[in-house]
Amino acid sequence: MKTTKDKVKEVAHHHKHKPERLLEILHDLQDKYLWLSREILAQVGEELGLPYTKVYGVASFYSFFNLKPVGQFNILFSDNITDRHQGSIHYATQLKKELWVEEGHSPFDDLVSIGTTSCTGMCDQGPALLVNQIPITHLDSDRIKEIARLILAKKPLHEWPQDWFKVENNIYRKGPLLNCELEPGSSLRIAKNLGATKALEHLSQSQLRGRGGAGFPTATKWESCRNAPLLKGQGRVIVCNADEGEPGTFKDRVLLDHKADLLIEGMTLAAQIVGAKYGFIYLRNEYKYLKPKLESALVQRRSAGLLGHKANPELVPDGFDIEIRLGAGAYVCGEETALIESLEGKRGTPRIRPPFPVTFGYLGQPTVVNNVETFCCSVLAIANGADSFKSFGTQTSSGTKLISVSGDCTRPGIYEFGFGTAVSEILTACGAQHANCVQIGGPCGITLNPEEFNRRIGFEDLPTAGSFMVFDKTRNVFEIARQFTHFFAHESCGFCTPCRVGSHILSDSMNKLARGFGSKIDLKEIQELSHLLQKSSHCGLGQAICKPILDTINKFPQDYQPLIKHDEFNPAFDLDSSLSQARQLTHRQDENAHLEQLNSFSVSRIKSGESI
Amino acid sequence: MSSNNSNESSTLFIDGKSVPFTNGQTILDAALASDLYIPHLCFNPKFKPHGSCRVCLVNVNGHSSCACTTPASPNAVVESDTTELNHDRRVLVQMLFTEGNHFCPSCEKSGDCSLQTTAYELGMVSPHFSPNFPIREVDASHPEMLIDHNRCIFCSLCVRASREIDCKNIFGLSERGAKTKLTVNSPTGRLGDTDFSSNDFAANICPVGAIIHKGVGFTNPIGQRTHDLSIHHTQSLDAEDA
Repeated sequence: MKTTKDKVKEVAHHHKHKPERLLEILHDLQDKYLWLSREILAQVGEELGLPYTKVYGVASFYSFFNLKPVGQFNILFSDNITDRHQGSIHYATQLKKELWVEEGHSPFDDLVSIGTTSCTGMCDQGPALLVNQIPITHLDSDRIKEIARLILAKKPLHEWPQDWFKVENNIYRKGPLLNCELEPGSSLRIAKNLGATKALEHLSQSQLRGRGGAGFPTATKWESCRNAPLLKGQGRVIVCNADEGEPGTFKDRVLLDHKADLLIEGMTLAAQIVGAKYGFIYLRNEYKYLKPKLESALVQRRSAGLLGHKANPELVPDGFDIEIRLGAGAYVCGEETALIESLEGKRGTPRIRPPFPVTFGYLGQPTVVNNVETFCCSVLAIANGADSFKSFGTQTSSGTKLISVSGDCTRPGIYEFGFGTAVSEILTACGAQHANCVQIGGPCGITLNPEEFNRRIGFEDLPTAGSFMVFDKTRNVFEIARQFTHFFAHESCGFCTPCRVGSHILSDSMNKLARGFGSKIDLKEIQELSHLLQKSSHCGLGQAICKPILDTINKFPQDYQPLIKHDEFNPAFDLDSSLSQARQLTHRQDENAHLEQLNSFSVSRIKSGESI
Repeated sequence: MSSNNSNESSTLFIDGKSVPFTNGQTILDAALASDLYIPHLCFNPKFKPHGSCRVCLVNVNGHSSCACTTPASPNAVVESDTTELNHDRRVLVQMLFTEGNHFCPSCEKSGDCSLQTTAYELGMVSPHFSPNFPIREVDASHPEMLIDHNRCIFCSLCVRASREIDCKNIFGLSERGAKTKLTVNSPTGRLGDTDFSSNDFAANICPVGAIIHKGVGFTNPIGQRTHDLSIHHTQSLDAEDA
């Protein structure tokens, strides 16, 4: 039998002992052993020539690497606010009860672990969970009971009802992107005939801007990468950001499932124009189940002569090929420089910019990083021409946008709308008659109240990566903002002070309000701290923490007002009730066994030497 | 990017004073070279800028930015010693104080500690936020050195020094977010099982009292410690609310 040592050697050898393949190596070993022991990590370090601290530092950064033993059935409930509204907390409790699980682990054996994970991108078919990294959607009490029964019977996953694992695409509105039926390779031929300079001109005329939320002009990015000088031995790199981690977004999941060929065509188009040798699809681990399908799409392209070293060199220069790399559970890796760090087998800490990836990206090489949807759109812009592309959208935001609708509506799913569409129109389309609040672009985006439903999707008004979460009047908007704050604190990479520490201070303050200890001072401090995080954080994550908080305070004061119970400073706990256990133990109920709550009045009395 | 002529000299303005710089310098480099002080904790001229503590926050042409990571650019208008920025820096330092366990009176780094000094300079009189009181270990396994994790501020200076100057790779950061911690590269995770030496550069770079020498404590009396003698005074401080 193979020892662990042999297995680590074998896996390291398979990945050519390359340190940049550390995440892949850890994934392979975890698939085999369920968790990564200290011995395994140390051995990996030896094989790759990395210090143990480095390997451990990387493994412990990502949520999906288990550094402690986990059950044979490792269950993670998706913890987006939409999952919560669909009852995820209740179902998790039910499953724990059914399986006698305490604090996440089975007390008797290593059968099962139950925990939570950030949004798994199944918001339109939630509540959802991952069992051994495979999604199960549409949870309800019966399904939870049945899951418990199967786990107790130790049935392997392939014997579970297979329709549970079905992930629907729920496409409700198609436009030029979702209707696109271009013959594979057609944009490559057109670009080839145009030549790179002309093709970039066409792309520039289409005014295509990045679909990941920031809206950087795609032609400018590609051109900068094309023009960036290369050092000896370097090549240019194309990276597709398929780390769709923004809670409430799942349109890339649908594109990866439904339009994989279009994505690959877009990446190859970028490679042709920029002059790149290889590319990566950085796929979030939550979408690992899509990997086989993507692999077969790549195989198909290769056999059609549109990818890889056997491809037609006219269309695909330098034998451009694409490799799929898995993330491991870190929201911050959606930031392009953190993503590149992760691709290099490192902790996902965002880099200092400049230099930007177009000049100094993957392993120091000029790199284009674009969102899944951006690559798909680039094909339309080249194949159908700039005018056709611009026939949708507005002056500043051309084309269409995929919107991932979830929350309180009758038809949650994917909608392709031209930029410039009003929020109210999307609400009507998805059947959200009672919407009271819409969160555009996920927790890092914009919160809208009903007075703003006439605002429009687009870079000039409501920029978005596609998340569109609808909440009706039964939802407490403060609680939504509180959950978002917890999400950011959980996902902070911990590199810079304001985000690492500030996100937790904000979480604590929001909890204080929720527990009924809030004062006007707390609300003021929350706002001041939010502004500080916005201006002092190292990357977009820390800068975004404040957004849902400030937006909801301004736009839904009615949901905060009942929580502001005190005008003056109020401690975060009740002094008198904290003594209740002591009173019980000493059988005292007399007046001297009680304390009045500390407030600024009593504080001033203490300071002046009076007793309370 | 920058031009090839690295000696080309230009000027920027910090709080209205004109400050010369050469290509490749950051705002903090230029400021320090002109004896203009901008508070900082994770910066050390021996290493590439890190930009993690964020204490060197300045306004560059109206935008918030870190002086240590922002390249100096011709005619840039930099605000540094302002009431608002010193307030922001003070809040950042308060965050660091409440994140760990920093009890200056019992710490032998007191008087030689950059965190403490920066707090004094910025007029910090209380930690302000609820203390976190994390439970962290003290590693006294090494014969000459001691790590008190309670005082670590995750500036990574020891990590960088051990990697880049000592070539030993003794330290690393692990975990994520608020759980971030300093880890030691040995099979037991203890410092005593490494080849760390008190002569290492990394043994003498900790800005706080997290990595300290054994057996030399409190050699200098109060009043004669590094920062007792040379404290920078910021101009624009507002009185902190008690």
